[in-house]
Amino acid sequence: MEALLAVLVGAFFATAVYLMLSRHSVRMLLGIAILGNAVNLLIFTGGRLTREVPPIIGAGLDALPEGAANPLPQALILTAIVISFSFFAFLLVLTYRAYQDLGTDDTDEMRLAEPKDDPMPPLGY
Amino acid sequence: MAATTSAPIDLSAALQLAPTPAADWLVILPPALMIGLGAVLMMLRHRIRLHAPIAIAGLAGLVLIDALLLWRVLAVGPVTMVMGRWLPPFGIAFSVDVFGAVMALVSAVVALAAAVAACTEIDDARLRYGFFPFLLLLMAGVSGAFLTGDIFNLYVWFEVLLISSFGLLILGSEREQIDGAMKYAVLNLIGTTLFLIAVGYLYAVFGTLNMADLVLKARSISGAPLMTLSCLFILAFAMKAAAFPVNFWLPASYHTPRVTVSALFGGLLTKVGIYALLRVMVMLFPLQLEELSLVVAVVAALTMLAAALGMLAQNDLRRLAGYAVIAGIGNMMAGIAVGSVAGLSGAIFYALHSMLAMTALYLVIGRAAALTGEWTLSAQGGLYQRAPGFAFVSLALFLAVAGLPPFSGLWPKIVLVKASLDIGAWWLAGSILLSGFLVTIALARVFLLVYWRPAPGPQAGEGTLPAAAFGPILALGLLIVLFGLFPEWPLSLSQEAAAGLIDPAAYLGSVFPGGGAR
Amino acid sequence: MNTLIFRTVAPFLTALMLLFSIFILLRGHNEPGGGFIGGLIAVSALAIYGIAYGVAAVRRAIRFHPLSIAGFGLMLSTLSGLLSVFAGVPFMTGLWIAPRLFGVEVPLSTVMSFDIGVYLVVVGAITSIALALEEKESD
Repeated sequence: MEALLAVLVGAFFATAVYLMLSRHSVRMLLGIAILGNAVNLLIFTGGRLTREVPPIIGAGLDALPEGAANPLPQALILTAIVISFSFFAFLLVLTYRAYQDLGTDDTDEMRLAEPKDDPMPPLGY
Repeated sequence: MAATTSAPIDLSAALQLAPTPAADWLVILPPALMIGLGAVLMMLRHRIRLHAPIAIAGLAGLVLIDALLLWRVLAVGPVTMVMGRWLPPFGIAFSVDVFGAVMALVSAVVALAAAVAACTEIDDARLRYGFFPFLLLLMAGVSGAFLTGDIFNLYVWFEVLLISSFGLLILGSEREQIDGAMKYAVLNLIGTTLFLIAVGYLYAVFGTLNMADLVLKARSISGAPLMTLSCLFILAFAMKAAAFPVNFWLPASYHTPRVTVSALFGGLLTKVGIYALLRVMVMLFPLQLEELSLVVAVVAALTMLAAALGMLAQNDLRRLAGYAVIAGIGNMMAGIAVGSVAGLSGAIFYALHSMLAMTALYLVIGRAAALTGEWTLSAQGGLYQRAPGFAFVSLALFLAVAGLPPFSGLWPKIVLVKASLDIGAWWLAGSILLSGFLVTIALARVFLLVYWRPAPGPQAGEGTLPAAAFGPILALGLLIVLFGLFPEWPLSLSQEAAAGLIDPAAYLGSVFPGGGAR
Repeated sequence: MNTLIFRTVAPFLTALMLLFSIFILLRGHNEPGGGFIGGLIAVSALAIYGIAYGVAAVRRAIRFHPLSIAGFGLMLSTLSGLLSVFAGVPFMTGLWIAPRLFGVEVPLSTVMSFDIGVYLVVVGAITSIALALEEKESD
């Protein structure tokens, strides 16, 4: 099961990198979303995969039952999901605004902040 | 409630049962205060007249708290507080040593200066959009990153400061800002995702996230892919710190927001990357850092040289300042590459100097632009005639950034050059000196063209500025002069901080008072 | 989305989802649930209301600006952590009181107020993003 998920994580990473190499901001955005999921899945796999018991300490016990997964990576993922969710929401709005205001989703054409014909500084006076 | 499980469990192994001394609260107070005040300002979002007084009072309080914290750390050694009584490594610990405390103090001073400068520079529309709440939340992220003792928590604080910096960057939503923010957001997000990947692997290898516990485990472990981890961490933090091949987001975005925001960013954000690099690589993986030191040294040399050349090629003053920030990062990376107490203390001293100097540099540029109404070298001029006092302060600052005596930039450079010569890296010392020389030329040209030269055309800017606009610049300039004239104090602090990183016994003792605990 | 069916159902659906979000929030202490997921459910409720009746109606309905709600939640969470200074225990330690109200023992804790703060932060922040996106679509 771990091996299968490891391959899946690799596929996610490959997809994310491929999409992020695109010039179009929407594809980059999708790539970033997939990258976040790839990392979450990676940490999840690192925390052991098991279907037998949920990682919850029952009443009267003071340790996890045998064969339970490590709950900490799942807590980490939860935090990471929240964070990547809010970043994705922000980037979504930003990309939309960029498309509206700059009139393009091609990052090569986004040259407002660094214009192509920026003059050289004066060499003397 | 926990009391329903009646089995007699020995809680003392997992919970801190002794009462917490009140002084320990100094560790958690900086981020808590900033988040709380930021929340209050978010609630008062329409009362923009209240924002500046509350924020400035809060940041003054932050400076005070950080000063007390530094004093406490110097008196009794590193201080640790665990969240929710869970003892490390179970709970999240906030641990602060001299390094964290001194960085937090200087960052608070910088933020206070920027907040005062914002009163005369940020307009009402941007205040309504939330400049001060974002500023306070940014400071929560920065202080939290400096004070936390848990590596996943460090990641969370990185994200806090990142999302507040997004807010500050697009404040006003001009088209240049949206363009710059796209590049800044995407590349920084990839950087923090790399950091998260590294943290995930770190947990998979060590089974703990507490940095002190990691130090103990990293010493005994063998056969783990520590080199891969180290490379990931170095790449992630180099992206945050804007080291050479992964720094193109910085010159693309730092000149787009209001200049006070640029001043904050230039002073604080990249230094958090340097802090994390020092904390993680020097304290957790010293052996791997030593093996990779040549790579780091080459990156450092390329960073400072490329940035100095970039400074020479810029016509826009704000973009020139962006490259000045990167040049400083190169110097700090050089200190990390050298790795001895001398090298690291040089890097830490340079980071302290750079926080003050870069903020002041951006503020000076902002004032110059407000006086002349122009941003470019080719259009500005005649400032010396119009404001001789301001010209004098600016010159002092330019000399400090270039690392010339008698200002604060000189001493860390001397320490760094000597440290690299001591290990035989003459080329590293040479590139520090060469980049310093190029930076001097670039800034001397700024002074020549903007201040000395008569104005090339009619200047659209305001005739005079209120005296309050120069207050933060004067205060930062005064600190820079003091650091330059009396370098013993910051230097000894930096040395103590570097020694604490190389031999973190006191840090470990503060997290595990029982000496290892398990 | 101005069909009669949707506009008729939307208020009931919104009310039901808001109620359910509070149930999920309070249930979160010992069982799956909690402030974040509860907040998300509340946001989807408000988003449905917004789709049916427009953004202005949602803004009127929640009375306060979404970011002010988020700010209040953030402050509530911070204060819940800071309360433990009075008990001499570290930051974020859970403190409990169990007053008897109308003959029923009601356990209250700083853990719960922290979670309510998280709920409000999520409701405020995500609602403001959702409303911004919905506003753009309509014009």
